[in-house]
Amino acid sequence: MTTFTPTPQKPWRASKRERGFDFAILLGGFLASYLLVALTPMKGKLAYFALFFISYALLAALLKGLTRGSAAAKDALVSSLVVVGAVVTVIPIGSILLTVLQKGLPGISFGLFTHDMALATPTDPLSNGGLLHAITGTLTLVALALIMSVPIGILTALYLTEIKGRFTGPIRFLVQAMSGVPSIVAGLFILSAVLYPITKAYSGLMGALSLTILMIPTIARTSEEVLNLIPNELREAGTALGGTQWRTVAMIVLPAAKSGLITAIILGVARIAGETAPILLLTGGGDKVNPNAFNGPMGSLPYYIWKSFNAGSPEAITRAWAGLLVLLGIVLILFTSARFLGTRKISR
Amino acid sequence: MSTPNLVIPSPREITTEPRRSDKVFRGVVTGGGLSSLLILGLIAVFLGYRGFEVLRQEGFGFIMNSDWSITTDDAGNVVESHFGLAAMLVGTILCSLVAVVIAVPISIFSALFLNFYSPNWLKKLLIAIIDMMAAFPSILFGIWGFLVLMPSVEYWAKLIHRYLGFIPIFDMQVPVFTRSPFVAGVVLAIMIIPIITSVSREVFAQAPLDRIQAAYALGATRWAMIKAVVIPYGRSGVIGGAMLGLGRAMGETVAVFTVLNIVFQVNWHMLLGAGGNVASLIILKFGDASPYEIKALMAAGLVLFLLTLVVNASANFIVKRTGKSGR
Amino acid sequence: MTTSHESEKATMDTAVKPSSLAQVANSQAAKTPSASAEGTGLETRGIHAWFGKHHALADINLNFAAGTVTALIGPSGCGKSTFIRTMNRMHEFIPGAAMAGEVLLDGKDVYAAGTDVTKIRLKIGMVFQKPNPFPSMTIGENVLSGLKLAQLKVDNKDDLLQECLERAGLWSEVKDRLGAHGGSLSGGQQQRLCIARSLAVRPKVLLMDEPCSALDPGSTLRIEDTIRHLSETMTIVIVTHNMQQAARVSDYTAFFLSDGGPGQMIEVAPTSEIFSRPKDERTENYVTGRFG
Repeated sequence: MTTFTPTPQKPWRASKRERGFDFAILLGGFLASYLLVALTPMKGKLAYFALFFISYALLAALLKGLTRGSAAAKDALVSSLVVVGAVVTVIPIGSILLTVLQKGLPGISFGLFTHDMALATPTDPLSNGGLLHAITGTLTLVALALIMSVPIGILTALYLTEIKGRFTGPIRFLVQAMSGVPSIVAGLFILSAVLYPITKAYSGLMGALSLTILMIPTIARTSEEVLNLIPNELREAGTALGGTQWRTVAMIVLPAAKSGLITAIILGVARIAGETAPILLLTGGGDKVNPNAFNGPMGSLPYYIWKSFNAGSPEAITRAWAGLLVLLGIVLILFTSARFLGTRKISR
Repeated sequence: MSTPNLVIPSPREITTEPRRSDKVFRGVVTGGGLSSLLILGLIAVFLGYRGFEVLRQEGFGFIMNSDWSITTDDAGNVVESHFGLAAMLVGTILCSLVAVVIAVPISIFSALFLNFYSPNWLKKLLIAIIDMMAAFPSILFGIWGFLVLMPSVEYWAKLIHRYLGFIPIFDMQVPVFTRSPFVAGVVLAIMIIPIITSVSREVFAQAPLDRIQAAYALGATRWAMIKAVVIPYGRSGVIGGAMLGLGRAMGETVAVFTVLNIVFQVNWHMLLGAGGNVASLIILKFGDASPYEIKALMAAGLVLFLLTLVVNASANFIVKRTGKSGR
Repeated sequence: MTTSHESEKATMDTAVKPSSLAQVANSQAAKTPSASAEGTGLETRGIHAWFGKHHALADINLNFAAGTVTALIGPSGCGKSTFIRTMNRMHEFIPGAAMAGEVLLDGKDVYAAGTDVTKIRLKIGMVFQKPNPFPSMTIGENVLSGLKLAQLKVDNKDDLLQECLERAGLWSEVKDRLGAHGGSLSGGQQQRLCIARSLAVRPKVLLMDEPCSALDPGSTLRIEDTIRHLSETMTIVIVTHNMQQAARVSDYTAFFLSDGGPGQMIEVAPTSEIFSRPKDERTENYVTGRFG
């Protein structure tokens, strides 16, 4: 009916004038923090940071208060506070990533991935030895833990979503409780229940067992969320076609949830790949590549990092940072792929 | 009005006899589901069994005393032993309380920022980053905390001591600021901020939209709306999230061990470089422990297990109650 | 009383005849702007609204004179709710929302740069489809919550409390239990509580977004009574799906329609005219129940 359509506008966005004010307050905050640091005995990065935020928040609140009253002043104050909260949350992440990159990169070389530490000590020059044994060890531990925890984790999730039996409530509660078990306790448990009475020797398997305990709740909880997203009509369709529950779950529910379940498994791996405490108690931490997880001490990235860090010499510390960089890289790759799969699952 | 001779039949009983494959399926799945019960039960049983001897010998002294010493003769037989966890328990509680007190306000503010202040693209990015941080290995926090964070935190501790020293917990006799419970608390705070932030964020996001709109329609500013609607709704969820963080902080081992100086003496002065921690004690003493001392460590593990179990269970209970209080 | 009887009969008729509706509307003479309401009312000029790329509303020009009740009718999805939400600036909470045009309250554009949006929402109150009292507050606190939210000072809170509850027609039912929680009331009482809550900040305009759609017929009639009383002192815009309701409570009626494109305002006239002699064929089809 109308021939003329105006362009969409967003008049609630800050106008140029308001943005100008914001910028002026920002400048005022910088200026105030600079002056206060110069004129008073306070000094250091912390002082700049704190004074800047305090003066910014006060200036913003003052301005709003003068133009719009006390409610607006409080609102402005809280707006500054929540930004501080977000910034303080993110700063450590930035600092950690930067430090690991900065200190770890010098220790990264090709030889690192082709040698183990059988003929080198942590304090040797960086050209000697590498972390091949640690990477293979970590991979072995993770693979073993996967073999044990994936069936149990997914069965638990299936019980919570498909069977919904008498124990649903208690089991959900226990899985939550299990996710809070300290890793050192998991380590002590395997020590007391398996290592001392049965095998009587350190091995990769012992470490993997403790990692399994830590991994089950992560997999079970994430899988439960994923399986709950599968619409009930699918299950009913399967049952109505005369399928047994077992066939319905195996042929309809699980395939439909596949990418979500993979996400759950990856998140579980990311959770345990860097676990240190139980590894220190159970694996014995060898220095050379040990392909047999059932016999003999087994190295791993966390153990390698721990040992190098405690050796204390500059070379050893660099080794530790390089190990951290590799470990962090693995965790981040796992985490990003889990997220990627996770978003794909939702978009479909 | 009812017809006198109307016979109301009793409901028929419907029985289903599942096929054998389904019986097997249900059996296997139920078995898998019960594994968590089995594992948790076994943890308590085995740690209790191994630690029984020490627990019986020490009695309540195990959590009331602070001595940790063992004397053996040349043959390796135990001559005399004292095991007491008091200093370690106090230290664990002190470190995790420091962590929670620091982390909770920061987490609430950042959760509010994510839900109600941040533009959408930034929200997505920050959520990804914060979730990622929750997956960082704890040894990374430990080493970063020791080498990068500790110098700054020591400086903050000195400031706190200078200006707030009159408060007993900030007071200290010997000015040793390195490797104090405060430092460990700050590292733990950084570790649990992502956990508390994501729990709070999810709870806040469930705050009912109609009430939020009602508040805005009454002329509320954003903060007035949050105070009137979001906080009352999310209060118990945030408390639960904080307790989840507390449980995590209590059980953390490696990160604390790297930055904390362990001393077998009860110390409530959080800035003083002498603390205790049950989990770190286990790592510290495990390497060269005699079989009898290992039993004491098992008993310590049992205490830690029960402590975190109680904290986590109540946390989950409280999180589940979210929204019920505000209805 | 005839009004409600007539309307109940009308509700029972499955095929509503335009004549019966016109009777209802005529029984209540279309009001001229009342002198007791403050200000000059609300006016919209060329309002458009978008959700992202979706053009939801096109070129709405309406004048709500002070002290009148205007009903917005039309089928679902024609942009009525979007329109009233642009007037008190609730539209902008939806991500991707955009708008064009002007909303003039007493001659001043509520979207003008530098306007304090919270002040606008104080002057233009809103009642929602579903009753939404704050559950953590008592009945009394709910009524006065607007004052607390906007940090307004008031000399005698008890008088204001009683006045608002009386105007909302709830006072006699709750005066003995002002300390009870809002959730303890019935749905209709909760909705009147929400109306009382909106009144406490003394708005000039009250927007009502299908305020009775979640209520039973008895509660609906009580709210309609309340609306008629309120219109003596303020301007009211009510969105409704119920044509009988429009006929019963409003002085003016505007008919909105979307033909697949953005929602448009087809016709506005005194309510009796809309239901007896609609100018547009589409309006006639809608009010006679031939579609929608």
